[in-house]
Amino acid sequence: MINIKESKRLSNDIRKHAVTMTSLGGSSHIGSILSIADILAVLYGSILKYKSDNPKWVGRDRFILSKGHAGAGVYAVLAESGFISTDKLKTHYQDGSDLSGHVSHKGIPGVEFSTGSLGHGLPVATGMALAAKINKNKHRVVVLMSDGECDEGSNWEAILFAAHHKLNNLVAIIDRNRLQSIHSTEDTLSLEPFPDKWKSFGWEVVEVDGHNHEEIFNACSNINTPQNKPLCVIANTTKGKNVSFMENNVLWHYRSPQGDEYKAAMLELEKNNA
Amino acid sequence: MRDAFLAALTSLAEKDKDVVLLTGDLGYGVFEEFESRFPGQYFNVGVAEQNMTGVASGLSLEGKKVVTYSIGNFPTLRCLEQIRNDACYHDANITIVASGGGFSYGSLGMSHHATEDLAILRALPNISVVAPCTANEAGEAITAMIQRGGVAYLRLDKTVAQDKDFASSFAICKARRYKEGSDITLIATGGILDDVNIAAVELEKLGIDARVLGMHSIKPIDIDEIIDAVTNTGGIVTIEEHNKDGGLGSAVSEVCMDFGVMPKKFLRIGLENMYSSIVGSQQYLRSRYHMDSVAIIDRVKEILKT
Repeated sequence: MINIKESKRLSNDIRKHAVTMTSLGGSSHIGSILSIADILAVLYGSILKYKSDNPKWVGRDRFILSKGHAGAGVYAVLAESGFISTDKLKTHYQDGSDLSGHVSHKGIPGVEFSTGSLGHGLPVATGMALAAKINKNKHRVVVLMSDGECDEGSNWEAILFAAHHKLNNLVAIIDRNRLQSIHSTEDTLSLEPFPDKWKSFGWEVVEVDGHNHEEIFNACSNINTPQNKPLCVIANTTKGKNVSFMENNVLWHYRSPQGDEYKAAMLELEKNNA
Repeated sequence: MRDAFLAALTSLAEKDKDVVLLTGDLGYGVFEEFESRFPGQYFNVGVAEQNMTGVASGLSLEGKKVVTYSIGNFPTLRCLEQIRNDACYHDANITIVASGGGFSYGSLGMSHHATEDLAILRALPNISVVAPCTANEAGEAITAMIQRGGVAYLRLDKTVAQDKDFASSFAICKARRYKEGSDITLIATGGILDDVNIAAVELEKLGIDARVLGMHSIKPIDIDEIIDAVTNTGGIVTIEEHNKDGGLGSAVSEVCMDFGVMPKKFLRIGLENMYSSIVGSQQYLRSRYHMDSVAIIDRVKEILKT
C-alpha cells in the first residue's frame, strides 16, 4: 500500500534537493527532474523492493533511469532512501564529484545502470528482464524514460523484442511531459497516437496522471496486467512541476536556478511541506 | 574459422548454462543445432544490433556470459555507442563476434567490407580486440574470452592461415612466431597471415630471412614480441586487411614510440585510407590493394634495398 502523505513528502524533498543541486553545480535539466519527482517518490517509497544496506541484493527490483539527464533526481531519492548521504548531494556536477550530470553507477550504491545518451535504458532493462525469466527470478525491472527519447529507434527495437518474448516482468514508465529539447514533442517528431503505438507493438498500456501518487502506484503495482505482456505506464506530467515559473517552460531544460530564482523556487517548495 | 568458433562455443555452452548467444538474424545453416540443443541460451534478436548489444549488457549484468554475433560492421559500428556505454563502461561480460573481417565479403560491396573495425574498437577503453589468424585460434580465442570475462571483440575471417603446433597454449596478448628469421619481421593479424606465410617462404628463396609473427591480439598487444623484433631483426613490416589508420600498424608503431625502440626499417601494409567500390573475392581484393603475398614480397624487397 501507499502512504500518500509520506510519498508526497518524499517527492517534495526530491524536488528541493534537485533545485539545490542544480543551483550549486550550475547544471541544467531541473525541469526534467521536477517532471519525474512524483514517479521517483512512488517507486522508491512504495513500489520497488530493495535493501539500501545491501544494494546488490539479488532479489531487488531493478530500476534504470533512461533519461539520464534527470540523474540528480535519482541521486536525491537514493539519498532519501538511505543509499548515499544527503551531504554528498552537494557535490553534484562539481569538480571531482562522481555524481555526474547524467546518472552514473560508478561509486554510487543503488544506481543500477549509467545512462546519458538516450535510447539505451530500455534495451538494457529488456536484457535484465530476459535474464530474470531465464533464471526464473521473481523481481521486476522498471525503466523510466522520457517521451522525447522515444524518437530513438533503439527503443522501438527493444519494444518489439520485449513484447515478442512476453516480458511481463518489465515496466516502462514514460515521463510524458510533451516538451523536448527545443519544442514540444508533437512539433518536433509527433509521437501521437502514443498509447496506440505501444499497444500495437504488443504492450499493455496504462495512462496516469504522473503527479497523482495513487494513480502511479496503482498502475505500477501491475494490477490487472495480463500475464504475457510488458507494461507501459504513460505518465502525463508537467515539465518543471511545482515551481510555477518553471512549469511547461523549455528554458528550464537548460537554465540553472540562481539567486532570486533559486530562492523563489525553494520558497514554493517549502510551502508544500508546511 | 567460423566452424572452429562455433565448435568451441558449443563446448562452452554445454558446460556452462550462463553462456548465451545472441544473433542479429544471421547464421542461417549455422546456429540451428546450437538453438535446438541449448534452449534459453540462444536468441535471434532480429535485425536490431543496438538492441542486441543493450540486451546483451542487461543479460551480462545479471550474470550471463553473452556472445553477440553478426557479420561485417553490423555488431560493431552500428551499435558502437552501446558497446562503449552499456558494455565497456559497465564492465560487462560480452564477446562481440563479427564474421567477415576485412574483405571476407568482398563481392557484397563496401557496406560489407570491415576495414576500420579494429581501429575503432581498439580506441575504446576496457575491451580486448582479437583477430585470429588460423581456424584453431578462433576456437581458442572465444574460449579464452569467455573464461577471462570482460568485453572483447572477435573478428573472424573467411580465409585462414594454416595452423601450426606451438609449445605454449593460446593466450590473448601473446603473439605467435610462425617462422624464425632475422632480416625483417613480418607481423600480421587475421587470416591474411596466410599470404604472409607464403611470402616468407618465397623471400627465403631470395635470401631474405623473415621472422613471421601472428599478432592475433591487437589490444592488448604483445609488447615484448614487438620490442624483440625491433632489437633482434632488421625491421618491421605490418600486414593487415584493414585501413592503415589506427589498425595493427598503428598499434605496433605506438609501442615502438612509447618504449623508445626504433625499427631499422618500418612499413605498414594495409588499405590506403579508402573505401573500395570495386568488388571481388577476398583474394582478388588483397591483390588489388597490394596486400597479398606477391605485393608483400615486392614491398619487403624494396624496403630492404633502401
